[in-house]
Amino acid sequence: MFEINCDVVIIGGGPAGLAAAIGAKEEGAEKVLIIERDNALGGILQQCIHPGFGLTRFKEELTGPEFYGKFVDRAKELGVEYMLNSMVLSVDHENSQVICVSSEKGMTCVHAGSIVLAMGCRERTRANIVTPGTRPAGLYTAGAAQRLVNRQNIMVGKKVVILGSGDIGMIMARRMSLEGAKVVCVVELMSYLAGLTRNRVQCLDDFGIPLKLAHTITRIEGNERVTGVWVAPVDENKVPIKEQEEFIECDTVLFSVGLLPENELTRKAGIAINPITNGPEVNQYMQTSVPGVFACGNVVHVNDLADNVSEESARAGKYAAQYAMKKLPTSTGTVTCVTGRNVRYLCPQKIQKAEGSEKVSLYFRVLNPELGVKLVAKCGDEIIAQKKAFRVNPGEMDHIAVDTAKLTTDAITVEVVKED
Amino acid sequence: MSTIKKEIICTVCPRGCHMEVEGQGDQVISVTGYTCNRGLEYANTEFAHPVRILTTTVKMAGVSNDLLPVRSASPLPKEKLFDCMEVIRQTEVKLPVACHDVIISNICGTGVDIVATKSVE
Repeated sequence: MFEINCDVVIIGGGPAGLAAAIGAKEEGAEKVLIIERDNALGGILQQCIHPGFGLTRFKEELTGPEFYGKFVDRAKELGVEYMLNSMVLSVDHENSQVICVSSEKGMTCVHAGSIVLAMGCRERTRANIVTPGTRPAGLYTAGAAQRLVNRQNIMVGKKVVILGSGDIGMIMARRMSLEGAKVVCVVELMSYLAGLTRNRVQCLDDFGIPLKLAHTITRIEGNERVTGVWVAPVDENKVPIKEQEEFIECDTVLFSVGLLPENELTRKAGIAINPITNGPEVNQYMQTSVPGVFACGNVVHVNDLADNVSEESARAGKYAAQYAMKKLPTSTGTVTCVTGRNVRYLCPQKIQKAEGSEKVSLYFRVLNPELGVKLVAKCGDEIIAQKKAFRVNPGEMDHIAVDTAKLTTDAITVEVVKED
Repeated sequence: MSTIKKEIICTVCPRGCHMEVEGQGDQVISVTGYTCNRGLEYANTEFAHPVRILTTTVKMAGVSNDLLPVRSASPLPKEKLFDCMEVIRQTEVKLPVACHDVIISNICGTGVDIVATKSVE
C-alpha cells in the first residue's frame, strides 16, 4: 500500500477543508494534506455561482467560485498539498491514520499527527421525507439540479415546483427562472421561511414566484415523467387538510428539504455524535471526543453562511496543528454547554478550561422565531454574558461569546429570554 | 403627484431589515427601519431604480460538460436581467480565462461588464 506521512490530514476540500488547511499551515504545521473525492477543490461552492458570500470575511459580496478561489490561492501559496479523485474509506484514529483510495495511487495510507473531518453535508431527499406518489423522472434534490445546471450544462426541466423554502431551493427558483423555466411555486411545510429573508426578496419576489407557507406536497403524479403534484395546506399539527388539496401541473420537482451532515466515517470511527446536529460533538478547539480528530464546517452542524464555516474551520486547523505539534493547551476541566429556553442546539457542546482565559463563541440555533429578545449565557444563576437581539430565527445562526475565566460551574446554559 | 409608501426588505446582508420608504415619483422623502448606512443606500436605490447582481454561466469553446461561472461586475437594472441573459446565452468564451476577465463588455448598453468568477486553463 502507498504510504504518506503528514502533520495534518484534512478530509474534504470544500470551504471547511480549505480554511482548515490554511489555518493549520499558518499555525506552523509543516505538511498539510487535503484528500478530496471530487475532481477539483472548492466543494459545493463550485456550483454556488450566486453572490452572497464573503460579506463577513472579506467585507465584499462574492460569488461562490470567487470566495473559494481566494482560499485555493492562499492554500497553494502556503504549500498545502492535495489529492483529488480520492475517497477516504476509514479513519483509524488509534493508529493516527486515514485509509483512502484513488485510481492514480490505489489504496493509500496517510499517517498524520492529527486528522480534520471536513466532509460537509448531504441533502435530504424525497425518501427522507416520504412524499407519497409515483416515482417518475423529474424529481431532483435542489443541489443535484444546481450541479447539473451550473456545472454540467444540463437543464433539468421547464415547469418546476419546489418543495422547501431553504436557501438552495430559493436560489434554484431564481436560477431556473433566469434559464427560462417557469417556477410555479415554492411550497413550505412550516409557517415561516426556512432560508434567509433576502433570498425570498431576490429569488422569489423579484420573479413573481408565489410562496405557499404551511403547505406541503401530498402526492406526486406521472408515470414516465412528473405530470404534476397535489398540494394542500397543513393544520397546526402539520397534517395536510385533504379537502383543500389542489393539483399543480409541472414536469419537475425540486426538493430543498434540509441537509444532513455526512458522518459515515465519523460513526465508523466511534466518535461521539450529537443527536440534534447529527454531527460530532466538539469543544471550542473543534476537537471531537477522540483527541487527535478535529471537525469543522457542515459535517459538525449545518451552517447558513460559508463565512461562518471558514471562521470555525480556520480554528479547527489551528488547533489540529497545535495538537500535531503537541502544543494544544492542557485541559484543567470540562464545562458542558446546555440548551435553555428556545435553543435547539449549541456548538461547541463542551468547553475545555485551560490556564489563563479566552473568549469562546457559542453558536446556536433557536427552535422558534421570536422578536425583541435577549440572549443569555448562565453558570447556575449567574449571568456571565448577554446581548440583545432584535429578532431570532431558526434559519439564522446566532452566537454569544463567553469568557472562560467566568466559568465557575461545570455547566453553562444558553437561553433566549423575552424582553419585557 | 401623491406620495407613496413602499415596504422594502434589505438584501445587503443576511439580517434582512424591514424598511419603509416614503416618496414621490423617483424622489425619496423618508426612510425608516434601516440599521446601517448601506441599508439606507439600498432603500434609496430600491425605491427609484432597483438593481441586481446577475450571476449565470457561459459556454466554453470545446467544452461540453462544464460551464464558466460569470457575474455582472456591478449591479444591473432589474428590468434588464432577462435581456442580458439572452445575450449571455449566445456567448461562447475561448480558454484560458482568468478570474475577473471581461467576458462581455457593456452588456445591453448598461455600462456594466460581465466578468468571469473563476479561472479556467
